[in-house]
Amino acid sequence: MAEQREFFFRRLHSLLGVVPIGIFLVQHLFINHLAVYGEEAFNAAAGIMHQLPFVLVLETLVIYLPILFHAILGVYIVFTSRYSTRRYGFFRNWMFALQRFTGIVLVIFIAWHVFETRVQVGLGNVDVNYSLMEGILSSTPMFWFYVVGVLSAVFHFANGLWSFLVTWGITQTPKSQRISTYVCLIVFLAVGYLGIRSLLAFAYGI
Amino acid sequence: MAEQSKVTFIITRQDGPDAAPYEETFEIPYRQNMNVISALMEIRKNPVNSKGEQTTPVMWDMNCLEEVCGACSMVINGTARQSCAALVDQLEQPIRLEPMSTFPIVRDLIVDRERMFDALKQVKAWIPIDGTYDLGPGPRMPENKRQWAYELSKCMTCGVCLEACPNVNDSSNFIGPAAISQARLFNAHPTGEMNASERLNGLMEAGGIDGCGNSQNCVQVCPKGIPLTTSIAAMNRATNIQAFKNFFGSDTAL
Ligand code: HEM
Ligand code: SF4
Ligand code: FES
Repeated sequence: MAEQREFFFRRLHSLLGVVPIGIFLVQHLFINHLAVYGEEAFNAAAGIMHQLPFVLVLETLVIYLPILFHAILGVYIVFTSRYSTRRYGFFRNWMFALQRFTGIVLVIFIAWHVFETRVQVGLGNVDVNYSLMEGILSSTPMFWFYVVGVLSAVFHFANGLWSFLVTWGITQTPKSQRISTYVCLIVFLAVGYLGIRSLLAFAYGI
Repeated sequence: MAEQSKVTFIITRQDGPDAAPYEETFEIPYRQNMNVISALMEIRKNPVNSKGEQTTPVMWDMNCLEEVCGACSMVINGTARQSCAALVDQLEQPIRLEPMSTFPIVRDLIVDRERMFDALKQVKAWIPIDGTYDLGPGPRMPENKRQWAYELSKCMTCGVCLEACPNVNDSSNFIGPAAISQARLFNAHPTGEMNASERLNGLMEAGGIDGCGNSQNCVQVCPKGIPLTTSIAAMNRATNIQAFKNFFGSDTAL
């Protein structure tokens, strides 16, 4: 069994990408979208999340450790591929390369984002609320940094969902894989809308 | 094209496994219906490069000359394919020939595909029927299954799918798509099925099926049109189930 450790780690990596990290991402952008309905709506929802009992334990088990594992193994995976989109310009080969490229963007984005929000809250420097995000996103470069970060996360999740279905042997035939491409495109558009819409609400109040 | 009297080849050569690669250009007389191998034979007959210098003949590998053995694979104008089935009339000139870079180079266009045979050993891609007495006729196979299994059996271990795979390279130990599909072939066979879990466990060993990242280049380039990505997904499902059986225990675990 010892020689099957690699298999186990890769399957765990795949699973964690969807459960819990993917679910967390959708939940996170869904709550953020409440910003569209005004400052009070967002603050109320963010407050509930923040005041959950055992919040630090929950965050560690459901978010930090899974992302840390997924990110570290992910970076290793990124650097063991030989990218070939110039020679083999097929659609799936591009998705393969983009999945890895967005993974690297996410390492940078998530580190920055967590430092700016959760770490600062933990240090008692700021509070999680509407005005925190408003302050960050009112700077145009930061706004675009967040647009790139959010779209990368959503792409990585949606395309990851597609390959998750293959990794777990759910979609096998070319036809089912084609249909799941369209389903994942809809996931990308829907979750991407939530993300971008809330960024606009924070930054421009629209 | 037919009027042209010369064909130009730019060939990436290498004198030995550890020698530095270099390019050499050859101009050879055009004949009708030439394939790349007949052009290489022409160079062998008269090994003089385009500068008029005497050189060593270009080395390549071949066997069947009808696209069933897989020995003659090389990268032709940027695409890995069989040189015996590559017709000069259908290729843009100058024609560039390179060895498949995924494999260790033996000399010039000859590569060592041993890793593919090691991979077949890892997944036990055969049916053990040797014994001391006649086992009698094997069980019959359903016709619809035979039809798709026949497609998988066309694999000639040519290496084109490994060459196209971004995850088969020096920094990864991934066995590549061909052996995964072969494990599926032998697991589909009614007699081979009796050792199915051994092949699945081979697929779960280091360098096994988890190395696939779903770029799906393999299925696009396979000269035999083998549904490699369907095989990979099917083996993904089968290895996951096998892993559960191994861990939680079951009489069919091993
Ligand atoms: C923090 C930086 C991250 C890095 C470096 C990273 C890297 C990767 C890589 C390289 C893969 C491809 C694995 C493969 O195909 O074998 C992958 C797959 C995946 N990632 Fe990430 N990722 C990161 C963050 C995330 C996040 C935040 C999510 C959730 C939204 C996520 C969800 C997924 C999913 C669902 C898959 C597909 C799993 C599969 O192919 O079965 N990843 N990740
Ligand atoms: S699966 Fe196709 S491309 Fe790969 S080795 Fe077999 S015949 Fe060649
Ligand atoms: S010589 Fe056998 S495939 Fe070309």
